[in-house]
Amino acid sequence: MLSGILIFNQKGENLIFRAFRSDCRPRLADIFRIQVISNPQVRSPILTLGSTTFSHVKHENIYLVAVTKSNANAALVFEFLYRLIMLGKSYFGKLDEEAVKNNFVLIYELLDEILDFGYPQNTDPDTLKMYITTEGVKSAIANSPTDSSRITQQATGALSWRRSDIKYRKNEAFVDVIEDVNLLMSATGTVLRADVNGQIVMRAYLTGTPECKFGLNDRLLLDTGETSSNMNNPGGGNGLSTSKTTRAAAGSVTLEDCQFHQCVKLGRFDADRIISFVPPDGEFELMRYRATENVNLPFKVHPIVREIGTTKVEYSVAIKANYSSKLFATNVVIRIPTPLNTAKTTERTSQGRAKYEPEQNNIVWKIARFSGQSEYVLNAEATLTSMTHQKAWSRPPLSLSFSLLMFTSSGLLVRYLKVFEKNNYSSVKWVRYMTRAGSYEIRF
Amino acid sequence: MAMNKIRGAFTVPRKGETFELRAGLVSQYAYERKESIQKTIMAMTLGKDVSALFPDVLKNIATADLEQKKLVYLYLMNYAKSHPDLCILAVNTFVQDSEDPNPLIRALAIRTMGCIRVEKMVDYMEEPLRKTLRDESPYVRKTAAICVAKLFDLNPTMALENGFLEMLQEMIGDPNPMVVANSVTALQEIQHTAPETQALQINGNTLRKMLMALNECTEWGRVTVLSSLAEYKTTDVKESEHICERVAPQFQHVNAGVVLAAVKAVFLHMKNVSPDLSKNYLKKMAPPLVTLVSSAPEVQYVALRNIDLLLQKEPEILNKELRVFFCKYNDPQYVKFQKLEIMVRIANGRNVDQLLAELKEYALEVDMDFVRRAVRAIGQVAIKIENASERCVNTLLDLINTKVNYVVQEAIVVIKDIFRKYPGYEGIIPTLCQCIDELDEPNARAALIWIVGEYAEKISNAGDILGGFVDGFNEEFSSTQLQILTAVVKLFLKRPEKAQGLVQRVLQAATSENDNPDVRDRAYIYWRLLSNTSDSNATKNIVLSDKPPIVTTIHSLPPALLDQLLSELSTLSSVYHKPPEQFVGHGRFGADAVMRAAIEEQIQNARENPLAAAAAAAAGGTAAPAKSNIENLLDIDFDGGAPASAQTEPSSGMSGLEGLAGTPVRVASPAAGASAGQASNNLDDLLGVFGDSGGPQPSSSGGSADLMNGFSGLDLSGNAGPSQNNQSKKSNEDILSLF
Repeated sequence: MLSGILIFNQKGENLIFRAFRSDCRPRLADIFRIQVISNPQVRSPILTLGSTTFSHVKHENIYLVAVTKSNANAALVFEFLYRLIMLGKSYFGKLDEEAVKNNFVLIYELLDEILDFGYPQNTDPDTLKMYITTEGVKSAIANSPTDSSRITQQATGALSWRRSDIKYRKNEAFVDVIEDVNLLMSATGTVLRADVNGQIVMRAYLTGTPECKFGLNDRLLLDTGETSSNMNNPGGGNGLSTSKTTRAAAGSVTLEDCQFHQCVKLGRFDADRIISFVPPDGEFELMRYRATENVNLPFKVHPIVREIGTTKVEYSVAIKANYSSKLFATNVVIRIPTPLNTAKTTERTSQGRAKYEPEQNNIVWKIARFSGQSEYVLNAEATLTSMTHQKAWSRPPLSLSFSLLMFTSSGLLVRYLKVFEKNNYSSVKWVRYMTRAGSYEIRF
Repeated sequence: MAMNKIRGAFTVPRKGETFELRAGLVSQYAYERKESIQKTIMAMTLGKDVSALFPDVLKNIATADLEQKKLVYLYLMNYAKSHPDLCILAVNTFVQDSEDPNPLIRALAIRTMGCIRVEKMVDYMEEPLRKTLRDESPYVRKTAAICVAKLFDLNPTMALENGFLEMLQEMIGDPNPMVVANSVTALQEIQHTAPETQALQINGNTLRKMLMALNECTEWGRVTVLSSLAEYKTTDVKESEHICERVAPQFQHVNAGVVLAAVKAVFLHMKNVSPDLSKNYLKKMAPPLVTLVSSAPEVQYVALRNIDLLLQKEPEILNKELRVFFCKYNDPQYVKFQKLEIMVRIANGRNVDQLLAELKEYALEVDMDFVRRAVRAIGQVAIKIENASERCVNTLLDLINTKVNYVVQEAIVVIKDIFRKYPGYEGIIPTLCQCIDELDEPNARAALIWIVGEYAEKISNAGDILGGFVDGFNEEFSSTQLQILTAVVKLFLKRPEKAQGLVQRVLQAATSENDNPDVRDRAYIYWRLLSNTSDSNATKNIVLSDKPPIVTTIHSLPPALLDQLLSELSTLSSVYHKPPEQFVGHGRFGADAVMRAAIEEQIQNARENPLAAAAAAAAGGTAAPAKSNIENLLDIDFDGGAPASAQTEPSSGMSGLEGLAGTPVRVASPAAGASAGQASNNLDDLLGVFGDSGGPQPSSSGGSADLMNGFSGLDLSGNAGPSQNNQSKKSNEDILSLF
């Protein structure tokens, strides 16, 4: 599969070169540098030269490159590169040039472990951290045969993500529902596209090997219970369409699609939509989901932008919070694009602070705390310098970022989290909801 | 002098980095030695040749420190080839390590041994490998399984003779899911390199085991298992149903690789099950595919290219999901282009208004390439959906009114296609003719001239317009010249009184003052036709004949190629929309033949011994030593890593020459190739790059209709194609001529 993994910095210096097959020659590093890094025209992440294919991902200030010589699985290659980034973050906090340079020995060690002959092996950070460690102290564990046979048992077992001997005095599980709401609104104020990408992150501090069951106010789940009893639906697909139309159920959401962590038993979800799993220890992303129906937009934005002649642009941007007055959003940032030839700007706001950032071509309006149902306005004016080549302004969309606690745009709720363990201990569960802006864009 | 140099190479330098490293490596303090090993590895990464330190690094191999051991092994893997004899010294440690009580060390030893590609090492691999394949620790077993694939790559005969393949096949029944996955991986690799070994034969029993492992092994293992399931030909409907049923839950996996592999497996096996059931699966795979569109841009790109393929086979699966493909402002360009294509594919009567509004929005952006494609997409929609054509034309007119130069030009090219399907929109011709002075691209000029010629009888000042073009005839590009020629002849046939002088002028200019043979030839043909007095209608019948209407301007692949690509979902070939032979084996046409001949010879020589024949076939490196070099035209390898081996192969010099002769043949993926800004047939151009005229070359239907039209059609594909083609053909010939 993969013939080699290379890491470059922005200047094109080779930081890591690990060949897994004999056909990955050192010379290829130069070819990638010349053909991709110093070639401004390359835009595609995949490039085939001769019979060599370079697939690259740019992260922070480094390029991660996979070299393949065959008709490789492209999706797998990129997923692997992203997994490598994730591993780097998990080990060093941040994967950038400095981290790579400071930890190159460890990176070689990791690469040796997660790829064998170019085939990805176990890439779970928690498992890897048991026997590949940064501190010299811990690696002593791996040196003792009994411990390492236990580690290797786990690293390859069906429950490769969990040790068997975990003990906590207090059994707790924290569930965070985090939603990224995406919006694309046209200049006339119609919603072109609104959807939610949600993730459920869990921090499990549970003793032993607990079996968890997790319930959401998923409309399909709530429905199938009833439809299957009074209707005889032959195929799941049929059931899907009927339940969607027949029930405008209050307080339930339709999840377009869900993706689960390795630990979730996919077969059971497919059969009766029950999310059951043995969680890894500590923090992990249990699932991701997508919802497109009945998306609650937390903010309404009304921008009025007028170009007056070629020398001035006038802005009037009103933003209204659409959620309950008991809640408040934090770190609301509105980025209002200005033409490239803006010389200076003046802004007035009814709340928060606005500042022109010339390097971004933006007026940035920040509101630290935005309580529900309130409405704020910004008036601004941008003075333009005259240019010899009057090029039309592309009017990039206005964008928003924020975070809002105890609110889900999709309306998703956690109904229950049950923990079954043979010791039958009681456990405490906490749920937290948060909505953030994904790509929240308003055209004008 | 020469003698001195050689002697110099053998004496150890007294100072410099290598000297310091050497001193550190033999230091009496453990920490200093370790530090020096790290520094050596660092130097190795930077591309410095530190192979001279081989013996000194090797001295550090026997250590209890696992981290240090790993470093030494890493060095060994890189430089083993430069000191094949010294590797023998390491063998003992490896063999010892493979019996270490610590499974991590056992696995490390067997993993590294497989990577040391030295004949002598291979000889010592047999015993450790046999032992580790039966190890009690699954971690060691799964590592050993992959090692069999490594051994086969090095020395197929040995792998076959020692029965390692059979052992692997047994290991598909291993209780540990990861061992199963790696055994399947190794067998699949062997099967692909040497199909005649029949390494991976799935039967009912192995199928059951693989399906069981599927739910338990790592995500990467799942990809392998799923792809071998996809390749498996089922024996009956029940089996296909069973596979689909077990694989479908994997759509919900978080890893895009797994999702696509599952889609592929279900899609291929779905053909055998009942239509109702397969419809159900199609419905099930839509949401996961849509979810892939919100992943990282590179993954998204792969997903989008695959969705494009799936849509060509099953156009209905995503027809409610148009909005998901709307471009975000900061999407990378390659993603945007692909999204545009997909949007056009799923456009239908219900969502067309939404789509048009969105496309119009894109057409007003500033990225020129993207804008052009958006305009083109509007034209494709108009031709695809008949009752939306009016709205499309109105949108195009709005865009023409923006007076943005490149928008206008592209819009006119697109409108020409629309005229060919819906001749009734002639009312807009005056608007088009107003822009005549703004058109500076040959394509747009040619398009407008074609329109004028086609509607010559209805445009009162057609003579004046064409007259203007005829005046500057010799300054035009040849594609425009051809159109001027045809349009003037059409005008003459329709209104002889107006164009008598004009037609003579243009024929004169085209025949006597032009050096382009195409233009001259066409002019002569017209001249002959016009001077034919016996049948005055003959010319009309030929030049003004009815043209077959355009059916679609959306690019689609020929069915046979599409089916082949669908069985390659999620691989590179599905991203390029090209069969793998076209880019994987590229540049070894000659070598392939040599190898095939060698194989045949081997088979004849050893007819009684099929084992050896199979081995020889697989051992590409030994059967045809030139192959590896020819294959990697780009690895002009003066191998910094293995100087000794590089010197022994004379052919490396030859490959250097090849590199000089031919510019590297670049296969950018379609979106990237677009920077040329050319019309619908980028893909064709790219195919052309391969110079492989034998392969099935899809041409856009617009283009082929043009060919049928003979003289009156527009040659869309004329522009960038030929020069690019010639160049690449030339480099191909250069390469070939070296054999």
